[in-house]
Amino acid sequence: MQSFPLLSVMAFFPLLGIPVILLLPQSKASYAKWLGLVFTLPSLALGVVLYGSYNRELAGVFDPASFQFIERVPWIKTFNIEYFVGIDGLSVMMVLLTVLLCTLCMVASFSIKQSPKGYFSLFLLLETGMLGVFISLDFVLFYVFWEVMLLPMYFLIGVWGGPRRVYAAIKFFLYTLLGSVLMLVAMLAFYYQAEPHTFDLIRLIQSDFSGVTFDMFGRVWDFSRVMFLLLFIGFAVKVPIFPFHTWLPDAHVEAPTAISVILAGVLLKMGTYGLMRISYPILPESAIWFSGALAVLALINIVYGALCAMAQQDLKKMVAYSSISHMGFVLLGMSALTETGMNGAILQMFNHGTITAMLFLLVGVVYERAHHRNIDGFGGLAANMPVYAAFTGFAWFAALGLPSLSSFISELMCLLGAFNAYRTITIISASGILLGAAYMLWSYQRIFLGPLNERYRGLADISTREVLSLIPLAAIVILVGIYPMPVISLMQASSRALVNLTTLGV
Amino acid sequence: MAHLAWLIVLLPLFSSACLAGFGKRVYRRFGKKGVDVLGVGSIGTSFLLAACLLAYVLSLDPDKRSIPSALWSWFPLEGKMLDVSLLVDPLSAAMALMVAGVGFLIHAYSTGYMDKDPGYPRYFSCMNLFMFAMLTLVFADNLVLFFLGWEGVGLCSYLLIGFWFSDVEKARAGMKAFIVNRIGDLGFLLGLYLLFWLYASSPTMPFAMPELRADLSPLLETGFLGQNWATWVTLCFFIGATGKSAQIPLYVWLPDAMAGPTPVSALIHAATMVTAGVYMIARLSFVFVHAPFTLGVVATIGATTALFAATIGLCQKDIKKVLAYSTVSQLGYMFLAMGVGAFVSGFFHLLTHAFFKSCLFLGAGSVIHGMHGEQNMDLMGGLRKKMPVTCATFVLAALAISGFPLFSGFFSKDEILFASLSSPLGGPVLWAVGLFTALLTAFYMFRLVFLTFFGESRTPDAIKGHIHESPGAMTVPLVVLSILSVLGGVLNLPELFALSGGLARFLSPVVAEFPGFSHALHESSHLEVPLMGVSSGVALLGIALAYVFYLRAPGLPYLFGYFLRPVYNLLWNKYYVDEIYESAFINPLLQTSRFSAKADLVVIDGAVNGSALMTRETSRIAGLYDLWFVDGLVNAAAEGTLRLGRWLRSFQTGAIQNYLSYAVGGALLVFWLLWALVNRTV
Repeated sequence: MQSFPLLSVMAFFPLLGIPVILLLPQSKASYAKWLGLVFTLPSLALGVVLYGSYNRELAGVFDPASFQFIERVPWIKTFNIEYFVGIDGLSVMMVLLTVLLCTLCMVASFSIKQSPKGYFSLFLLLETGMLGVFISLDFVLFYVFWEVMLLPMYFLIGVWGGPRRVYAAIKFFLYTLLGSVLMLVAMLAFYYQAEPHTFDLIRLIQSDFSGVTFDMFGRVWDFSRVMFLLLFIGFAVKVPIFPFHTWLPDAHVEAPTAISVILAGVLLKMGTYGLMRISYPILPESAIWFSGALAVLALINIVYGALCAMAQQDLKKMVAYSSISHMGFVLLGMSALTETGMNGAILQMFNHGTITAMLFLLVGVVYERAHHRNIDGFGGLAANMPVYAAFTGFAWFAALGLPSLSSFISELMCLLGAFNAYRTITIISASGILLGAAYMLWSYQRIFLGPLNERYRGLADISTREVLSLIPLAAIVILVGIYPMPVISLMQASSRALVNLTTLGV
Repeated sequence: MAHLAWLIVLLPLFSSACLAGFGKRVYRRFGKKGVDVLGVGSIGTSFLLAACLLAYVLSLDPDKRSIPSALWSWFPLEGKMLDVSLLVDPLSAAMALMVAGVGFLIHAYSTGYMDKDPGYPRYFSCMNLFMFAMLTLVFADNLVLFFLGWEGVGLCSYLLIGFWFSDVEKARAGMKAFIVNRIGDLGFLLGLYLLFWLYASSPTMPFAMPELRADLSPLLETGFLGQNWATWVTLCFFIGATGKSAQIPLYVWLPDAMAGPTPVSALIHAATMVTAGVYMIARLSFVFVHAPFTLGVVATIGATTALFAATIGLCQKDIKKVLAYSTVSQLGYMFLAMGVGAFVSGFFHLLTHAFFKSCLFLGAGSVIHGMHGEQNMDLMGGLRKKMPVTCATFVLAALAISGFPLFSGFFSKDEILFASLSSPLGGPVLWAVGLFTALLTAFYMFRLVFLTFFGESRTPDAIKGHIHESPGAMTVPLVVLSILSVLGGVLNLPELFALSGGLARFLSPVVAEFPGFSHALHESSHLEVPLMGVSSGVALLGIALAYVFYLRAPGLPYLFGYFLRPVYNLLWNKYYVDEIYESAFINPLLQTSRFSAKADLVVIDGAVNGSALMTRETSRIAGLYDLWFVDGLVNAAAEGTLRLGRWLRSFQTGAIQNYLSYAVGGALLVFWLLWALVNRTV
């Protein structure tokens, strides 16, 4: 197993599909979707292999020996840049989530009619970029993938999006680029500060940056604090953390359904993943110093996101704001720096990925039929779309954290972990659970219940293809809700190591 | 044998899932019967198994009757593992038998009541899911699993209240129920957070109830505001109970919940789910006994709610609304019992109430069924002749709830009144409130009986001819429940009788005792007989008053209504509590939410767009500068080159003579330059 470069194959296999799709004659352009699916499936299969052969005892995080599926090749020797990939408990869930969602989104994209060749090529490129981010253990490599991913996303929103797609795409691009630039600065600063100069994330973790200062603008700055802040803004844009969040509703609303799913399901997690992979372990002392502020921001995300969600008229925008609220729980769990909180945060990343994917897919279903998403513009749809109403009800209750479904466990873990560190903040944050129930049920009532809106009497119920892309997600949501240990055991050792590293320095 | 509990819990889940997935197909292929086999059969089997389980528990030694049954590890919390585990003990076995038994009867009744409803399979799927969640709650061994059942019943309540979802009012009522319950659930969750935090440094997993019971020390330490932590934790849990069990201030959802089909009201909103809060206190009595302050709060809220809801019940016209307020009131009674430390009496009342109140609801359902959906009592009267079985069973259950001597409610209510007077936590005020509520209860129940079944018929002729007795599927459960309502008292007879205190002895290994409780009750045992007399008298007085008001002198209520107009209005409008909540909480919340969204759009996104605009403007100015100045220079250079070229072009004449002369001239110039250079160096 060691000799087979599983991670590289998984990450780069989708790229092979791009020339094949582009070589399709225009008359056969409709085969692009099948090719897209075909070139995604091997990564999913490798994901299953990865899940089966991943050793749950090994922690990774800061110990190069306990990373798994490592591949290490020198790349640019002058600067000690390596092609260095490997996974541990922090990333394995994200890798699995990515391959799963990419496959399902390929299926969900089958209805794309406009230049399918371009769409599916870009989608495959996007998949490579995302997987690359999660497996990179070299900062430059991480950065490269981070940027690679941006490009297809920009076009996917900007070309295949809704009416305001260009505005949304540019906003998304510039916002993320702003974050990347700050990250680039931090990356270079780390490189020059570390002795010997390196971009190797694990060596950077082993370097001690505490107490280092530098002069600028006529005063002395703490290196670690400034770097944490630079990285934080870079990652905060992705999460997104208040007040860097306003690109999200626009991007979500304009993006085509499958891209919204990827955006919310995978891309948002890169922010919190970056904090866990880079900021926390490299700058533990600053992580502790900033943790209170992080918890406050998490609280704002949760409550403010939920309040904004409640007021939305556009269903997709409501779901977008609910993402902001739910990602707040991830941040809250992390900021607590307890094992339970960290486990909860990672699990919540995974659960939010699956649940929000369902939410966006479901919004897409009704949008394709009714061609609008105005919550008040429907009414009584449960009468003629019972299966759709049932699936939506399920997803809605999953999103509001019904016990026995997956997000209940992760939210509970985040809140329990956080309560040990921040009493008041956690109590106020918990009100997000109530607000979540309120906006979810209220929107459900306005769309599905009450007398049937006669305009939509003819609407067809959800199709088999659409159900097929939902069922795996629903199964995961239930399974993780009642028997989450197979998933929690993947990350437990790593999150414990991360918390210990941050709080105790071991 | 304890694993039997799993079967009891999971059977309804299985049938619910089957019906959710294939219910419609089964319905089309096999008709109603197919759905009944799954939906009612599973509950019937659960009921038989629950009976076996109780028999098994009874067969064990009293001190070995607590048997956990873990299936798998759920999730770890700070290194301590939480299991998915059930606990079979006397309390859970007794409760489960009641839930499954009453549940089975109501399911059987539903086959008649919901007959011809197009959502028949969906109905039974939801009902079965409810049974699963309720039984999970009953058997849960840890508080998180308990919470799973707790919210699960809330979900099913939501689904069933809004069962006829095309009616937007019904859908709203379901939503209201879920959200109000969630407010309480936040309290419950806060209790969990507190427990987890208190036990952070202890190896005990505080959510596992047996473990918690074995190590209460962190809870007994003094915490916030001089109260011990047990007080705070129990207060949090009690907030949860006020939501689920419809107590002040969170009772408002229950009357609206009557929008669901009537058997749902009987099962969920009378017999089982709403008593979950009471059950929770009995379950956690070992913590509550260390929190006298909380118990005081529980008793006060319970007594207040009992009285408050009973007064509203006095003048409602909708037959189900009366029963709903009566349920709120009786739940208050149970909390009064819990609050004065009479945990067994509270649980006893929970059981008897389950019998007579579900009988009353099902009776009301039978009336509504017979009246073709009419619920207004003003349009009833004299139904006794047309619906004799319904009438007889209803009267028996009404006698039971009113505390008519020797009926089940008489014993359970009497125990509560006795304890509320003589317990160290009780007092004459609580007793007086309880007694007065008993009077009101007897009055409004018989107001309902007389208005519905006796007197002259006030039904419009259009419906009148069609009124009929309900089918056997509905009347048989009524008869069984009415028998239970009459005889249920034998479960826990007072000391005067043979076979006394059965339930109390059975539950004693589980239910903790407040220090000095039984001693104080023993001390005042001489009061028991006189108190019984008083409460019997009160019950009879209430019935008699109702007789006078609504049969002998039907003008009296109008007279009272006329002279006590403000009071009547206040009661009729339910003290305007819904309106107050609307303006005090809901509207401000909606305003805040709209304000946030607006601020997000204008302020934060405005800043983003503003900075984009600024960047664009800056770059435009830079562009203009570039165009006029930098590019101007470039263009000037280009222009110069162009002109130079144009000038040079004039030399390109094409005439060979000109070229030759340029060449000669050039050569001469070169020679001259060379000559000058040589001369200079020399």
